[in-house]
Amino acid sequence: MHLQRADNHTWRKAKSGLASTVAFFSALLVIAPLGLVFFHLLVNGASSVNWNFFTKLPTPVGVPGGGMVNAIVGSLELLALAAAIGIPVGVLGGVYLAEYGSARVNSLLRFLADVLNGVPSITWGVVVYGLVVLRFKGFSAYAGGLALGLIMIPLIIRTTEEVILLVPNGYREAALALGVSRWKTIVHIVMKTASKGIITGILLALARVGGETAPLLFTAFGNRFWNHNLSEPIAALPLQIFTYAISPYDDWHRQAWAGALVLVTGIFCVNVLVRILTRGRTASIV
Amino acid sequence: MVNLLMANPDPTVAERVERDTEPAPSPEHAPLYTFQVKNLSVWYGEKRAIDDVTLHIASNAVTAIIGPSGCGKSTFLRCLNRMHELVPKTRVEGTVLLQGDDLYSNSVDPAIVRRRVGMVFQKSNPFPTMSIGENVVIGLRLNGVRNQKFLNERLEKSLRMAALWDEVKDDLHKPGTSLSGGQQQRLCIARALAVEPEVILMDEPCSALDPIATAKIEELIHELKAQYTIVTVTHNMQQAGRVSDYTAFFYLGRLIEFGPTTKIFTNPSQRQTEDYITGRFG
Repeated sequence: MHLQRADNHTWRKAKSGLASTVAFFSALLVIAPLGLVFFHLLVNGASSVNWNFFTKLPTPVGVPGGGMVNAIVGSLELLALAAAIGIPVGVLGGVYLAEYGSARVNSLLRFLADVLNGVPSITWGVVVYGLVVLRFKGFSAYAGGLALGLIMIPLIIRTTEEVILLVPNGYREAALALGVSRWKTIVHIVMKTASKGIITGILLALARVGGETAPLLFTAFGNRFWNHNLSEPIAALPLQIFTYAISPYDDWHRQAWAGALVLVTGIFCVNVLVRILTRGRTASIV
Repeated sequence: MVNLLMANPDPTVAERVERDTEPAPSPEHAPLYTFQVKNLSVWYGEKRAIDDVTLHIASNAVTAIIGPSGCGKSTFLRCLNRMHELVPKTRVEGTVLLQGDDLYSNSVDPAIVRRRVGMVFQKSNPFPTMSIGENVVIGLRLNGVRNQKFLNERLEKSLRMAALWDEVKDDLHKPGTSLSGGQQQRLCIARALAVEPEVILMDEPCSALDPIATAKIEELIHELKAQYTIVTVTHNMQQAGRVSDYTAFFYLGRLIEFGPTTKIFTNPSQRQTEDYITGRFG
């Protein structure tokens, strides 16, 4: 029996400690930017986030007060338009990849979706500018919504496909063996079982495009006033932040900080909602 | 029911099979046949899973299919309700007649075949998003039945037939997955019964259950054969001996021997059957 410590025991312990320390600081490095961003936003923006910010239109330079209500509502309108385009196409595309099609075609589609996910978002702005803005001779909420919707499609396709593939085959077989048609099996059994995961994917895609600025620059364009005509230029929170941040005026800078704080908080809330939705994920499979 | 299956029944195939094939060995009296399988071969891609099987399955009786793993028992079972078509690149030759209707005729909708030929799987699979009650009637619901009174009646009837009603009647709203393994399997049987099939196929229904739950399912199988034709795949020799009236022994995709269970188990005519049953291989 040789249970006594080997000679190099101390050295091994030191190596292990060193590795743990490096891993710990790497983890800290990952979290630090998030903390710093949030801290900075709070310091610079919290004072300007008030009732006026959520209820008033922007004021001209030098006039105190004013808010971004038009940009907040505009962002929500753009997200609604994006959702109307991105959700049906994305979800149905994901269902197709998971349930239909041949392996060869599907791996090609999957590859293309991944490529689209990597396309810089400003490219989508250029595409929509060429397709819609030039043709209809004007910036519009429709063009902005389309640009955001196109970004959402490949994101939703991939997440939907993944969660649908997680549904055990036994459920499909059970439904088909009851004489239920393929389509009804997919809608009422498979998609229902995967619904949490599908909704999570949709929310994450909305959170992602909610903060996009570049694709809106020459599609939705931005607007300093109320606009409820979707074929006219419309304000959006990220655009407003961009405009204010590059301006030379201090009170606009403060408004930009406040806008950024509101935007980040909103996206943070969506992510928290996703966490709540996916709680107990292992228990219910999807 | 016959007219449901086929827009254009093809009597010539039925007559041809009737004329050409020997009837299966009969115990006391000539039974009626629910399935007439003639020269059935199945390929998965290049691999031949079933090789020229001819077999008649008696009505209102339990037919057990036995054989070592990979011998084609499950494939054969799935050919009886066209579930094997879910696997890509399968090819079938030969005929399968259900009460005289050719299951593989071009005009046949597989969904309607499966409404007439229900199935219970090895692993119990109640739908996780649904309650016990919803699980039972989902087949009817998705096939367009809306009448709530009818659904409730069928719910109780199916659960009673599956010997589960007394255990769950106060918990119909609870999730189907909250039941024990044996109860879940009986729930799956109730779900299959609710659409009122003519045949129930069982693919190793007890292999994941403990002996007590197994005994309950076996008792259930015994009761159900008064109204249904039952075909069951099993790895368990004793079970085949206990529940079945006829036994088919498959080996390497071929039907080696088929006959009344008592004969197969006491006096098999093939050496391979005897070796398998006595545990010399498999």
